[in-house]
Amino acid sequence: MSKRIDVKDLNVYYSKFLAVEDVNINIEARSVTAFIGPSGCGKSTFLRTLNRMHEVIPGARVEGEVLLDGDNLYDSAVDPVTVRSQIGMVFQRPNPFPTMSIRDNVLAGVKLNNRRISKSDADALVEKSLRGANLWNEVKDRLARPGSGLSGGQQQRLCIARAIAVSPEVILMDEPCSALDPISTLAIEDLINDLKSEYTVVIVTHNMQQAARVSEKTAFFNIAGTGKPGKLIEYGNTTDIFNVPSEKATEDYVSGRFG
Amino acid sequence: MSTNALRRTGGGGQSGDRIFSGASLAAGCLILGVLFSVAVFLIIQALPVFGADPAEITGGEGFFTYIFPIVIGTVIAAAIALLIATPLGIGVALFISHYAPRRFAQPFGYVIDLLAAIPSVVYGAWGYSVLAPQLALAYDWLARNMGWIPIFEGPASQTGRTMLTAGIVLAVMVLPIITSLSREIFLQTPSLHEEAALAMGATRWEMITMAVLPFARPGIISAAMLGLGRALGETMAVALVLSGGGLTASLIQSGNQTIAAEIALNFPEAFGLRLSELIAAGLVLFVITLAVNMIARWIISRHKEFSGAN
Repeated sequence: MSKRIDVKDLNVYYSKFLAVEDVNINIEARSVTAFIGPSGCGKSTFLRTLNRMHEVIPGARVEGEVLLDGDNLYDSAVDPVTVRSQIGMVFQRPNPFPTMSIRDNVLAGVKLNNRRISKSDADALVEKSLRGANLWNEVKDRLARPGSGLSGGQQQRLCIARAIAVSPEVILMDEPCSALDPISTLAIEDLINDLKSEYTVVIVTHNMQQAARVSEKTAFFNIAGTGKPGKLIEYGNTTDIFNVPSEKATEDYVSGRFG
Repeated sequence: MSTNALRRTGGGGQSGDRIFSGASLAAGCLILGVLFSVAVFLIIQALPVFGADPAEITGGEGFFTYIFPIVIGTVIAAAIALLIATPLGIGVALFISHYAPRRFAQPFGYVIDLLAAIPSVVYGAWGYSVLAPQLALAYDWLARNMGWIPIFEGPASQTGRTMLTAGIVLAVMVLPIITSLSREIFLQTPSLHEEAALAMGATRWEMITMAVLPFARPGIISAAMLGLGRALGETMAVALVLSGGGLTASLIQSGNQTIAAEIALNFPEAFGLRLSELIAAGLVLFVITLAVNMIARWIISRHKEFSGAN
C-alpha cells in the first residue's frame, strides 16, 4: 500500500477562471506532506484535484498531469470512481453518514461496487480500522449506535476509520482539525503520525504549528491578489520551510507577518 | 433605589413577539377546531346508522356489509396509485435533482408541477374518454394471457372503465405531489454527505443510495402519505372513470367502488337513513386516513436517532 504522487504542470480552472496555476510537486510515499497558505490561495482546490473531487463542482477542470506511481489520474480512460477508491479523503467538517451506525459507517466504502464481505471479516475490519483511527476503545460497546451521536473529534476519527477501511494508497485531509477542539486536534495529529507508516498522507492546514508538528515536507501556496491564480511558492522539508525558507513570501507567512 | 435599568421598558420588540405568539397560537387552535368540528359533524350525522335495523341499510345486511366492499375498493384504488406513483415520482425527482442538466431540470420540474394544477374533473374526463378505451385493449390481452392471476381474471371490461384504470388515473394525479416534495428533499441533502460518499469511490447511484435516499427517507414517506391522502379522498376522477359495482378481485373487470365516489354519486338523492349511511362512510374514510397518517408517523419516528437530526 501507499504510492507516491507526482504533479506536472497542473492548472486548475473554474470555468474560465484560472484558480491554481502551474503546480509541480512530488509527494513521497509513506510521508506526511502539509499544504499551507492564506485563505483562498487554492490549496484546498489543489488538494481536491489529487483525487478528482474538484469535478463535483460544476465547471471545475484541470490541465496537466497527476501521476499516482506513474499512472495519470486524468487519462481519458480513467474513471474518477476508481481514482477516489484508491485516494481517500477526509473533509474539513466531520461527515459520517447520519443514517448509518458507527459500524456501517466504517464499512460504507468497503461495501461499494457490490462487494460482499462475510460478517467475521467485516467485524475484523471494523475493529482494525477503528483501532487504526484510535477510536476503538471509545466506541467498541456502541457500534450499532448512530455515528452522528459522537463528539466532533470522534466523528472525524470515524471518518478517518472509514477512509482507511478501504486500504487506500493515499489519504487526503482538507483541514481535518479546523472544526475541532485542541484535545481532539491532538488526537488526530497523533493519528496522522501513526498513519504515515502505512499511508501517504497529504494535509491542508491553516495551523502552521500543526504543519510543523505532523509533516515531513511542507508546500507553501500563495496568491498575488484577488482574481489572480494561486501558486505553489515553495516546497521543501518542513524544518527548512519554517526555519530557513528560500522565498521572502514564505518567510513572511511562517513568521506571521501576513496571512 | 428600586429602579433597575434592566427592567422591561415595553419596547416594540416585545409587543411584536406577543402578537406573533398570539397569532400562531390562534392559527394552531383554528386547525384543531376545524378538525374537531368535522369529526363531531361526521359522528353526529352518522349515529342513526349504528342504531338502525340491519335490514333497513342498503343491501339489507347491516352497515358493515355495506361499507366493507367500498373500504376495500378505496384501499385498492389508492394502493394501485401509490404503487405506480411512488417509484415513478422518486425516479423523476432524482432525475431532476441529480441527473438532468440544470437548464433542463427546472422547466421539467415546472411541467411536473403543472400536472397538479389540472382539475380532477379533467383527469376524470381524460381517463374516461382517452385512457380507458386504450387500456381496454391491454386488459383484453391480460385476461387472455395472465387470466390465471385472480386480479387479471377475465372477461375484461370492453370499456376499460375498471379499478386498474381508476388507479392509474389516480397515480397520474398524485405523481406531482410525490415528485415535487421528493425533489425538494433530495436537493436538501447535505453536500457534505454526498461528497463523503463520492470521495470513497461511490458511483453516482451508490452516492444516491448511500447519502441521498436515507436522508430523504422520512420526506419520501411524508410525500407518499400526502399522495395517499389525495388518492383516498379523490372523488370526481374515480366517479367518472370507474364503472362501479360489487366487490370483485379482478382489477380489469368493471366493479368495485370507492368511498368518495360512492358518496358523490349517491349524495344528491340521499335523505334520511341513506344520508346517514353516506356520512358514516365518510367517517370511515376519515378514520382510514387518520390511521394511515399515524402509521406513517410511527414509521418515521422508528428511525429517529438515525435521521441525522441530532
